[in-house]
Amino acid sequence: MSASITQPASHGIPGGARDHSVAAQLSRRRGRANLIAKVLCFSATAVALVFLFAILGTLFWLGFSGLHASVFTHMTRPPGSEGGLLNAIVGSIIQTFFGVLIGTPIGLMVGTYLAEYARGSLLGNAVRFVSDVLLSAPSILIGLFAYQLLVAPFGGFSGLAGIAALAVIVIPIVVRTTEDMLQLIPSSLREAAVALGAPKWKSIVMVCYRAAINGIATGVLLAIARVAGETAPLLFTSLGNLNWSVDLTGPMSSLPVTIYQYAGSAFEDWVQLAWVGALLITFGVLALNIIARVVLRRRS
Amino acid sequence: MAEAASPSAAGQAGATSFGANSLGDRIFAGLAKTSGVLVLLLLGAIIFSLFWGGLPAFRAFGLPFLTSTDWDPVQNVFGAGVSIYGTLITSVLAIALAVPLAFGCAFFLTELAPAWLRQPIGTAIELLAAVPSIIYGMWGFFIIVPIMGDYVEPFFIDNFGDLPVIGDLFQGPAFGTGIFTSALILAIMILPFIAATMRDVFMTVPPVFKESAYGVGCTTWEVMRSIVLPYTRASVVGGIMLGLGRALGETMAVTFVIGNTNRISSSLFGPGNTIASIVALEFPESPQGSLKLSSLLALGFLLFVISFIVLAISRLLLRTKVKQ
Repeated sequence: MSASITQPASHGIPGGARDHSVAAQLSRRRGRANLIAKVLCFSATAVALVFLFAILGTLFWLGFSGLHASVFTHMTRPPGSEGGLLNAIVGSIIQTFFGVLIGTPIGLMVGTYLAEYARGSLLGNAVRFVSDVLLSAPSILIGLFAYQLLVAPFGGFSGLAGIAALAVIVIPIVVRTTEDMLQLIPSSLREAAVALGAPKWKSIVMVCYRAAINGIATGVLLAIARVAGETAPLLFTSLGNLNWSVDLTGPMSSLPVTIYQYAGSAFEDWVQLAWVGALLITFGVLALNIIARVVLRRRS
Repeated sequence: MAEAASPSAAGQAGATSFGANSLGDRIFAGLAKTSGVLVLLLLGAIIFSLFWGGLPAFRAFGLPFLTSTDWDPVQNVFGAGVSIYGTLITSVLAIALAVPLAFGCAFFLTELAPAWLRQPIGTAIELLAAVPSIIYGMWGFFIIVPIMGDYVEPFFIDNFGDLPVIGDLFQGPAFGTGIFTSALILAIMILPFIAATMRDVFMTVPPVFKESAYGVGCTTWEVMRSIVLPYTRASVVGGIMLGLGRALGETMAVTFVIGNTNRISSSLFGPGNTIASIVALEFPESPQGSLKLSSLLALGFLLFVISFIVLAISRLLLRTKVKQ
């Protein structure tokens, strides 16, 4: 360009014109690449959303028509005799409740340890690392672990083993959110508590937990949502039960396992019930997720 | 916490007067630490129990267990070859399908979408991760399998089946179930995990870098390619590994659509097995104490080792950038 400026008379105008056309061509090409990338990204997002709505739509389409009151009042019954899902729903609630009840305090203490006691220490880093791995570890293996620990030695499938497996899944979820939330709390809050003469445990329990309560609650809600839909670990532990049973030492029914059994069956009314169960569990789980997000957002 | 505790060194003398409090402190700290150690023990116990349960199978078949393609309950001969192959091929295929989509979603959510749209679309994609895996399995079995069997697979078999070399990938009858369908379902399942991680790491790029690039006239795509991606490369790979780790151990979704056949087929549309699916499907027919059950536990041990390595790499790569 500098040449065309210093010698405007001889080469300036044709050279400048060529530069302009090259520049225009280049800018067109860059613009096109940009447009293509943008369109592809739009489409990718659209595809992801289509999958979500296709799944939800299918559940509504196939599940809603079978959603009668009898689903909630009748037990699972042999095909052709108007069964419901009552024992499965109750079994799921019991196992989820106790699983979360056992897993939450442990996860809370681990998260507290990581955020308040172990910042940067070797043990703390190891615990954080292992907890993160467990967070994504295949849940079927946790089921096999519970089978080895609580089913095989005691000679029978039991709701207790299912609860133990679910509790193991709950722990890393609660650890993650608890640690994240406690780390967001400004040190000045802790210092204020210490300055008032409060021992450390009191400043954690009465100041930090209280400030982080929404985040911790979010973690618990997400944990409930996660374990309520778990199937694989329950196959080896609580097994499933087609009769009414709230005995924790015996096989216990659960909604996901019943869906698994019914969806794979050849009976139309069982498949229909499986869709109803799928509708219930999916919308329950999604509702919990949305509530968790709302709870978390209210904090900020 | 050291920063909060250290200034009170002078208050050390005063602290002794709160004898009861220091006892409470010791108990609380002890509880917290014990819980932390418990998590480590938990991991050790899981690995040990799977190994212990699989020991008879490892003893009976030795190292060839890893590569043997036998699975014969009648003769009591078992091998892990087919299911390891199936696990790896479905997961890698799923990654290949999911990564471009996840990148598109993350790019859209960080650079393209108007601010008011980011929250709802981001939440919707995250909800995709919340749908229980059994639902993916059912949906895949009743909706995707017929579509694959009636339209997609015949199309590929007719049009690409005769090509040299790659034609082998598109052979055989169009069952609808099989390796490719499993990979597709897995891809949908891991898409939100990868997309969310990518979005989070893209957010960590300092705005001044991007503004400088825009300032010299870069297009959005050029900023993404030349600024954001190089800056976040390690974490992006970490996010992909996280998705891979999820895909390796996914059970219920795959169990519905894999076809459960103990055979390595060269075609993408052929049926197969993954470690997780064979464990879930064969477990009910494996009496306690049998060599078959031990083989399943040995498979579980192998799956744990594989996914532990993948997840550990993911964690190491992610830790550098995403402050979690």
